[in-house]
Amino acid sequence: MTRRVMDKVGPALGLLAVVGGLVVLLVLIGRAVIDSWGVVDWQFLTSFPSRNAEKAGILSAWVGSGWVLAVTGMLAVPLGIATGIYLEEYARDNWLTKFLEINIANLAGVPSVVYGILGLGLFVRALAMGRSVLAGGATLALLVLPMVILAARESLRAVPASVREASYALGATRWQTTWNQVLPAAGPGILTGVILAMSRAVGETAPLVMIGALTYVAFLPTNPLDSFTVLPIQIFNWVSRPQKAFLANAAGGVVVLLGLTLLMNSVAIVLRQRFHKHLRW
Amino acid sequence: MEMTFSVKNLQAYFDKNYVLKNINLEIPRRAVTAIIGPSGCGKSTLLRCLNRMNDLSADFKMDGQVLLDGGDIYRTKTNVTDLRRRVGMVFQKPNPFPKSIYDNVAYGLKIQGERNIRKLKEAVRQSLQGAALWDEVKDALHRSALQLSGGQQQRLCIARTMAVEPEVVLFDEPCSALDPIATRKIEDLIVSLKGKYTIVVVTHNMQQARRIADYVAFLHWGELIEFGESRQVFENSREQMTRDYINGTFG
Amino acid sequence: MLARQAEYWIEAGLFLAALVSVLVTVGIVGVLMVETWQFFAEVSVVEFVTGTRWTPLFVNKHFGALPLFAGTFLTSAIAMGVAVPMGLLSAMYISEYLSEGWRAWVKPGLEILAAVPTVVYGYFALLIVTPFLQRIVPGLSGFNALSPGLVMGIMIMPIVSSLSEDALHAVPTSLREGAYALGATRWQVVTSVLVPAALSGIVSSFLLGAARAIGETMIVAIAAGMQPVLTLDPLGPIQTVTAYIVQVSLGDTPVGTIEYKTIFAVGMSLFLVTFLLNIVGYFMRNKFREIYD
Repeated sequence: MTRRVMDKVGPALGLLAVVGGLVVLLVLIGRAVIDSWGVVDWQFLTSFPSRNAEKAGILSAWVGSGWVLAVTGMLAVPLGIATGIYLEEYARDNWLTKFLEINIANLAGVPSVVYGILGLGLFVRALAMGRSVLAGGATLALLVLPMVILAARESLRAVPASVREASYALGATRWQTTWNQVLPAAGPGILTGVILAMSRAVGETAPLVMIGALTYVAFLPTNPLDSFTVLPIQIFNWVSRPQKAFLANAAGGVVVLLGLTLLMNSVAIVLRQRFHKHLRW
Repeated sequence: MEMTFSVKNLQAYFDKNYVLKNINLEIPRRAVTAIIGPSGCGKSTLLRCLNRMNDLSADFKMDGQVLLDGGDIYRTKTNVTDLRRRVGMVFQKPNPFPKSIYDNVAYGLKIQGERNIRKLKEAVRQSLQGAALWDEVKDALHRSALQLSGGQQQRLCIARTMAVEPEVVLFDEPCSALDPIATRKIEDLIVSLKGKYTIVVVTHNMQQARRIADYVAFLHWGELIEFGESRQVFENSREQMTRDYINGTFG
Repeated sequence: MLARQAEYWIEAGLFLAALVSVLVTVGIVGVLMVETWQFFAEVSVVEFVTGTRWTPLFVNKHFGALPLFAGTFLTSAIAMGVAVPMGLLSAMYISEYLSEGWRAWVKPGLEILAAVPTVVYGYFALLIVTPFLQRIVPGLSGFNALSPGLVMGIMIMPIVSSLSEDALHAVPTSLREGAYALGATRWQVVTSVLVPAALSGIVSSFLLGAARAIGETMIVAIAAGMQPVLTLDPLGPIQTVTAYIVQVSLGDTPVGTIEYKTIFAVGMSLFLVTFLLNIVGYFMRNKFREIYD
């Protein structure tokens, strides 16, 4: 008797679990949108933060985010792809390779604050970059590196062996094969992974707080050694204030950040779908 | 001869491919019926229609009737889990659960709600004895079933099936993954079971069918070519095609 | 030949790139160890691990980190209390009740929950979930462990769900068929055969989810408060290890002071715990793959 009941109740709970989280998220986003009503306008997007909540905007925040993201991308992408290529195309099956893989798997799970601590000790102090865009970008680059490596490996692995074999059979070297055949074929998949990694980076707060990104910035960075702020930190700053007007600004920042994140993730997913469709091995 | 199953005008297809065409067949009670025929001719599909295992395939459809003791098992009211208790199945490759020997055999009863430890222990003992495995494992019931040899695992699967006290046991090429000695043990076991159960065995091994079957059904390309008593089919088949198959003209 | 030489250098270059990942770990451990070592030259390990008062930023300094550990434990436990049942149930549903077509959409769809920036979740927890909960839970203060714990649970649920689903899906069909053939209902097949068979993969998802919860910063920094209190009461403010690290960084703590070094000491404990969980989870997942591949 009970097993017949469970046969209905069990999957119902399962479906509830699948849908429940997403529904809660939608409700939360909806509330945030309502809370931010009227805040996000052209003035909001083009003003610096200010002690006057009405006049405050996110200009320095999103410009700072852009600078940091650029540095992160320039560092993490070549490094991550190169590592992925090495592990997939060159590495032999020995303990060293296993060690590299375990290490990367571990790095993927290290908390973001710990990357912040690393950035503080290494980039800000030891390498004397100061509390700069460069230090922030480098720190985030290390944080998203495991993601880029994983995406690169999966995309490279998806390229069938026959492509490589055909290239070798014509006398090409390993690098020629990789550069001319494998990498282009894996390109869209790698791009998808990179976009997702960048989307993660744009939302990070703690590591940048640790390396000293400022919370009140009324200027725009002009070179990588300038100090800066980013959108998540601006939100964090406003959320910590008791005045309702600042909380509304925080909601506005949340909506902009969410919109950005959603956009990047959607682009990545669409790319992935089209990649799979075009690939008819 | 009393009939357990009555298959009437059975057609089976996966997506648009017809796998069984207009099968009419009666399975005699408490006897061994072998279904023989070349690979890919639908033997397993026919077998799996008898306990509705084909339902697990998303694109399976069927027409016709399969009557178990007079009732159509494909009626929508049918309780499928109850059907599968009455009609058990042993698979080609032994598939014991990654649990202990005891838990494997007790599983069928536990999922029906049996909680009485004494009853479970007794059922486990009787089933393992019935499957000629008890003496080999009685001191190691809590060891993992995966540590048994292939032949022992298959006998375990048979014991597991018997524990729920079915009326029918279906065997889908039960020996094709086993060595000759293990095969012989399973064949002897099958013959010994027919006093209690109706048995249907799918096999591509004609000698095996000869050894163990009372009745033989010959299937070719989804059609039932011939059905009859084992001796008659093998020594004096009615159909030319049957004769050709038995003589190895094709296979 | 020139091409052969070039090939050698290219491979060397790629290998060096791969080595950077090792250097990162070395860097993390090195940075943490140097300052932690100096910290424990001034503060006793015993006090750090067993002391119940954490006041390094006050004049009267105490360095008992138990309140921080308790805060992290409390919020993580609440998060896992949400993520484990939701994640496992959804994994069971997706792997057995959804067709391939639906599965291909739903699995990545759940990942959205993990893609939301944590500062946004922090905003949700403080300004939407807490006020909402205050209407149904009496005595819930503005900063508490319950609200960020629940929100973290939703954020982590896709980790548990995705990895558990991979494990369930990988169990061979022959085991499913064996169970169905004995008359098991679909839910029974899932609970009594598939989950036990996939257990090491499922447990590894729990470990990795827990590591994620323990390392989470912004949600708790925003919504749980900044009061290191040794308590298991989810209704009042607490402070987690991660929130403390952020708090010190926001201030103007001079380099080289004992307050500065506390960042590294607690950071080291955080790193060690998450490292342990990640490594065990990694090996459990691989052991599972070995059995079923």
